[in-house]
Amino acid sequence: MSLKIIVLAKQVPDTRNVGKDAMKADGTVNRAALPAIFNPEDLNALEQALRLKDEFPGSTLTLLTMGPPRAADIIREGLFRGADNGYLLTDRVFAGADTLATSYALHEAIKKIGKFDLIISGRQAIDGDTAQVGPQVAEKLGISQITYAEEIRSIKDGKITVKRRLERGVEIVEGKLPLLVTVNGSAPNCRPRNARLIQQYKYAKTASERQTESNDYVNICNTRACINLEEWSAADVNADPKQCGLSGSPTKVKKIENVVFQAKESKTIDSSDLQIEDLIIELITNHTIG
Amino acid sequence: MNNLFVYLEIENGKVEDVSLELLTKGRTLANSLHCNLEAVAAGSQLDEIGAQVFPYGVDVLHLFDDARLYPYTSLPHTSILVKLFEKEKPQIALMGATSIGRDLGPRVSSALFSGLTADCTALEIGDHEEKKEDKTYTNLLYQIRPAFGGNIVATIVNPDNRPQMATVREGVMKKEIFDAAYKGQTVSYKVKDYVSATDFVVDVIERHIEASKVNIKGAPIIVAGGYGMGSKENFRLLHDLANTIGAEVGASRAAVDAGYAEHERQIGQTGVTVRPKLYIACGISGQIQHIAGMQDSSMIIAINSDPNAPINTIADYVITGEVETVIPKMIKYYKKNSK
Repeated sequence: MSLKIIVLAKQVPDTRNVGKDAMKADGTVNRAALPAIFNPEDLNALEQALRLKDEFPGSTLTLLTMGPPRAADIIREGLFRGADNGYLLTDRVFAGADTLATSYALHEAIKKIGKFDLIISGRQAIDGDTAQVGPQVAEKLGISQITYAEEIRSIKDGKITVKRRLERGVEIVEGKLPLLVTVNGSAPNCRPRNARLIQQYKYAKTASERQTESNDYVNICNTRACINLEEWSAADVNADPKQCGLSGSPTKVKKIENVVFQAKESKTIDSSDLQIEDLIIELITNHTIG
Repeated sequence: MNNLFVYLEIENGKVEDVSLELLTKGRTLANSLHCNLEAVAAGSQLDEIGAQVFPYGVDVLHLFDDARLYPYTSLPHTSILVKLFEKEKPQIALMGATSIGRDLGPRVSSALFSGLTADCTALEIGDHEEKKEDKTYTNLLYQIRPAFGGNIVATIVNPDNRPQMATVREGVMKKEIFDAAYKGQTVSYKVKDYVSATDFVVDVIERHIEASKVNIKGAPIIVAGGYGMGSKENFRLLHDLANTIGAEVGASRAAVDAGYAEHERQIGQTGVTVRPKLYIACGISGQIQHIAGMQDSSMIIAINSDPNAPINTIADYVITGEVETVIPKMIKYYKKNSK
C-alpha cells in the first residue's frame, strides 16, 4: 500500500524568542527583528508524515505552504528532511488573509494537487496560536479531521488510528481515510536534515527567486540541472480573488495595542534571614497567609 | 432570533467550568444587547443539564440527546451547530478554547462563512466605523486577544458575517450564578434531523480523561516557578513551600516546556489566568504572556536573582536572591511564626 500525503506548513516569525527590538517605537511589530522559521508543530506533522513514508514505501509526501516568495525556504526545508515535492502558494491577493481566507486558498490548492489519502498539519502556528486553519481546510474539502494528534498509530484497510493528547488525558480514535490530522507539539521532533538531500535540493528555487539570483547561481544552473520549485498564484489554483486575502476575511482587525503593564511601587528586600522573617510575619499578620 | 449562543461542553453529565464561565459572560453581553442567552447541549443523557445552566441566566436550552453524540467527535457536533445556527441565526456564538471548542469552532465558522477569533481574553460590545465604505456598525462584539506571542493585543470585529464567533480559554472569564431561581425554556430536537449516519466517520476507541488534579484557578495562594528554577528537582522546593503555606503550585510556559511542571499548571495567555490573593513568582523573568495571566493577583512577591527581571516592575515585594536560599527560609520562618 502506498499513500498520498499532503503536509501543510507555515513560515512564521519566531515569537518564542522575542527580544527588546521586536517592537518598534510606534508599537508595531518589527518583523525584520524576528527570524522566520518553520512553524514548530508543522515540523512535528512532517515527522509523522515521514514515518508513514518509511512504513509504506512508494508513498508520496507533498508539502504545501502559503506565504510571501521567501516562504520557498519552507519547501526546501521540507525537501531536505525527506518530502518528495512541494508547492508555494503566493500572490498579492492572499495578503491580509484571516484563517478562513487562508483555508479557502489552501483548499483550492489541494484540489489542484489532486487525490490524497491524508493531510497532516501542525495543530497551530506560533504567530497566531489559533489552531483554526486545519479544521477549516478539512471542512472546505468535505472530509473529517482528527486534531491534537500525538501519534499516528497505524493505517490499515483505509482506516487510520491516532492517539490524541488532550488537556486532561488521551484518546485513541479511528477514522476513515481520507481525512485531515493536526499534530501537537508533544509528538516526536522532526528528524534532522539529510546531507544527501541538502546536496540534491540546495539549488532548488522558485521562478521569482531565480529572477533575483546572482550570476553565480545562473552559472551553476548552466552546468547542472537545477530543480524548479513550483509557485502558484490565485489564478493557478482557480481561487476566486473575492474569497482571498482581506476581502475574503470576515474578521477585521479594529485596533492593535502594545501591551503595557501598570508598574507598581515595589519594596525590594534581600535574602537575609531578618528581612525574610519580617516579610513572613507581615503576611501572617495581615492574613495574606496562614 | 439573533440571540447569543453558548456551546456547552459536557463531561460525565457535568457542564464544564469553561462553559459556565462563558454563560456568565454571555449573560452580561446579552443584557447589554437586549437579547436572549441560549445554550446548546449535544451529548448523551442530558436530563440534568437544565438544572446546571439555568441559574447562569440561560433563556433557552437546545438539547440534542443521543448516545452517539458522546464522547465528542467533530462531524456530528458540527452538523448540529451548523443547522441550528442556520435556523436560529445567532448574532454571537461562544465556545471554550479547549480541544473540543478549537476542533468544532473552526469547522462551524468555515461552513457558515462567519469569522472566528480564537483565545479571546476579553469580550465587549461596541461600535465600529468602516471608513472606506463610510459605514457604521453598532453593537458589534469586540473580540480582544493577544497576538505575536503576547506582545500586542488586537481587537477583532466581524462587521458583516454572523454569527460573530469567539473561543475563550478556561479561567479567563469569571463564573458567577446569575439567579439561582432563573428558569429558562428547554427545546429538545430529533437528532436524526440534524446528523446523518455519514457524520460518524471517526470513532473513539479508548478514552482516559482525568478530572483535573490541580486547581490553580481557584487557589487563594499560588507559588509559581519559571525557567529560572533550573530543574525539576528544584521545583520540589515550590511544592514544599506550597504545602507549608497552603498554596497551589503554578508554572510559566518556559518551565512547562522545559518539563519542570505539568501542563495543567501553566499560567499565562496560553495557560490559565489566575487572580489569587497572593502570587509568589520564583525564578520567573516575567514575559508578557505570563504576566497577562497573573497581573490581577492582589499581592505579588517576586523572587529572582536578576534585580532587573521584568516581573519586578509589577511586584509588591521583590526579593533579590537565589530561590534555593530564599524558599527554605520562607518555610522556616512561616513554621516559626504561624500559630
